[in-house]
Amino acid sequence: MPKLSANGVAIDDTFAEAFGMRATAVVITAPNRKWARQAAITMTGFATSVIGCGCEAAIDADLPPSATPDGRPGCRVMIFAMGTDELQKQLLNRVGQCVLTSPGSACFAGLAGVADLKLGSALRYFGDGWQISKKFGGRHFWRIPVMDGEFLCEATTGLTKEAVGGGNLLLLAADNRRALAAAEAAVAAIGKVAGAITPFPGGVVRSGSKVGGKYKGMMASTNDAFAPTLSGVTKSQLGPGVNAVLEIVIDGETSDAVAAAMKAGIGAVAELGPQNGASRISAGNYGGKLGKFHYHLKDLLP
Amino acid sequence: MKALTFTLLAEPPERLDLSPLTPERLAGMERREIEKISVGLSKLGSKVGDVFRLSDGDRQNIVFEGGSARFDRVAEGMQAGSVRVVGDAGAQAGRAMRGGALAVEGDVGPHAGSGMRGGRIEIKGGAGDHLGAPLAGELAGMNGGLLIVRGRAGAFAADRMRRGLIAVLKGAGDHAGCRMIAGTLVVAGGTGRMPGTLMRRGSILLDRAPQNLSPSFVECGAPDNAFAAVIDRYLAAERVLKRPLLGTAPRRYGGDNAVLGLGEILFPQASGLA
Repeated sequence: MPKLSANGVAIDDTFAEAFGMRATAVVITAPNRKWARQAAITMTGFATSVIGCGCEAAIDADLPPSATPDGRPGCRVMIFAMGTDELQKQLLNRVGQCVLTSPGSACFAGLAGVADLKLGSALRYFGDGWQISKKFGGRHFWRIPVMDGEFLCEATTGLTKEAVGGGNLLLLAADNRRALAAAEAAVAAIGKVAGAITPFPGGVVRSGSKVGGKYKGMMASTNDAFAPTLSGVTKSQLGPGVNAVLEIVIDGETSDAVAAAMKAGIGAVAELGPQNGASRISAGNYGGKLGKFHYHLKDLLP
Repeated sequence: MKALTFTLLAEPPERLDLSPLTPERLAGMERREIEKISVGLSKLGSKVGDVFRLSDGDRQNIVFEGGSARFDRVAEGMQAGSVRVVGDAGAQAGRAMRGGALAVEGDVGPHAGSGMRGGRIEIKGGAGDHLGAPLAGELAGMNGGLLIVRGRAGAFAADRMRRGLIAVLKGAGDHAGCRMIAGTLVVAGGTGRMPGTLMRRGSILLDRAPQNLSPSFVECGAPDNAFAAVIDRYLAAERVLKRPLLGTAPRRYGGDNAVLGLGEILFPQASGLA
C-alpha cells in the first residue's frame, strides 16, 4: 500500500462506501435563532441511523433572516431515509410533533425535488376546520391556528432520489483527547458544506459497526478491527500507538456534497496535525460490493 | 423580434371586441388575415384594419399603441405571451386569462380580470367596478393569478373571488371583497363601505383599519403572524408594494359571520379601528 499523508497525518489508501438514499429538507423559522434551533434540534433528535431510528436527520445550515421566506432566523434541516414511504412518515411525525409544537415556529419547503412530500397538506387537519389555505407566487401554504397565533406550513416539500448516505471518515489518534479534537475539527468543517449533514451525536460516532455479528438477529455489531482494547486479540486495523478511533458519518443531498464534505473533513484533520489530533485517517467500507458510491481518500486529499 | 403592434388611427367609432387579438388566436395568421378580423360591435362592423395600423412582429408579444375606453375584452382568455395597451382599455380587460401578462398603462373599465385563472395583469391607472368579479350568472370570480391595479378600483372588487391575489394600491370602492370564497385581496389607500360583505373565506389585507366594517366581523386579536411576513415579502418581490403592508403582528377581524365566517381582514396594528 503506497504511503499517503497530509501534514504528517497518515491517510490510508482506502475508500468510504456509501448508499443511495431518499432525502428531503425543510426550512424552520422562529422568532429568534434560539427557538429556530430548538425546533430543528428537537425534530432531528433520535435520528442518527436508519437502522434504529427510521431516518437520519440533522441541521444542514443556519439561515440568516435574509435567506428565509418570512425574514426570521431559520435552520435548514435535512432528513434521509431508505425509501420514500418511510421518509414521508418520518417527516410528518417529526414536523408534527416537534416543529408544530415549538413556540412561534413556521415550516417551509427546503428542497425542490423530483417529487413532492406532504407537509402542511397533511398537518393542516390539526386545524380542525379552522385551517386556512393560501396560494400565491406558485407556492401553497397552510395556516393552522394554534395557541400562540398560527403555525404557517408550506403544503409540500421536495424529495430527491440523488441523495447519498454513509460517507465516512475514521480518525485514529494516540489518545481520546486527540481523537475528539480531530473529530470536532472535521465536524466543524463539514458543517460549512452545503447539503451535507453528520447525523450522529455532535456529528461523531464512537461505536462504529460492522455488518452482522455472532448473535442471531444482530444486523450490526462492534467494529472490532478498530477497537483499541481488542487490538492484540483480533485481526486489528490499528497499529501501535493508536488508542482511540472516532468516526464521522456523512449524508449528502448529492454524491458531490458527500465528497466535498469528506474533503473538508480530511482537510481540517490534516490541518490540526498528529500532535493535536488524529495520526491517521481511514474510511469504512464493505469491500465495495454493497454500496454504489465509493469515495477514495486519495482523491480527497487537501 | 419586434412586437406585433396595433397603432390606433383615431378614437374608434364604436365599442370594439378585441378578444380575437391574443397571442393564441393570432398564431400562424398572416397580416392580411389579421386586418380582416371583425372587431366592431355595432352595425358599423369595423375591421382591425379600419381602426389600427399594423406593424408586423412577434405574435407572442402584442402592443396596442393608443388605447380607448371602447377597447373591450382585451387579452381575453390569453394563455401565454404578453399584451400591452399604451392607453386605456374598456370592459372585461384580461377576462378569463390563464397565463401570460397583460399590462394596461391607462385606466380600465368594469370586470377587469373577471374570472381570470392565471397569469398577471397590471393596470397602471384605475379600474372600474367588479374588478376580477364574475359576470351575471357565473358562480365564481377570479380563480388564480395576480391582478394589480396601481390606481383606484370601483365597487365590488374581488367579488366572489376564489383563488389568486388582487392588489389595489390607491383605494377601493364599496364592498371590496364581497362574497369572497377564498383568495387574497390587498387594498392600500382605504376601502369604501363594508369591505368583505358576505365573504365566506379568504383574506382582505389592508394598509389601515377599515372604516364602516360590518358588525358581523369580530375582533380576533393580533398575535405574531408569519404569514403576514411571507405575503409582505411576496408583494415586495413582485414589486407590488415598496414597503411592508402588514408588519409582523397585524390585527385580525374574522367574518363575515352572516355567512360561513372563515374569512379575515388583516391590517397593521398601529392603525386603530375607527
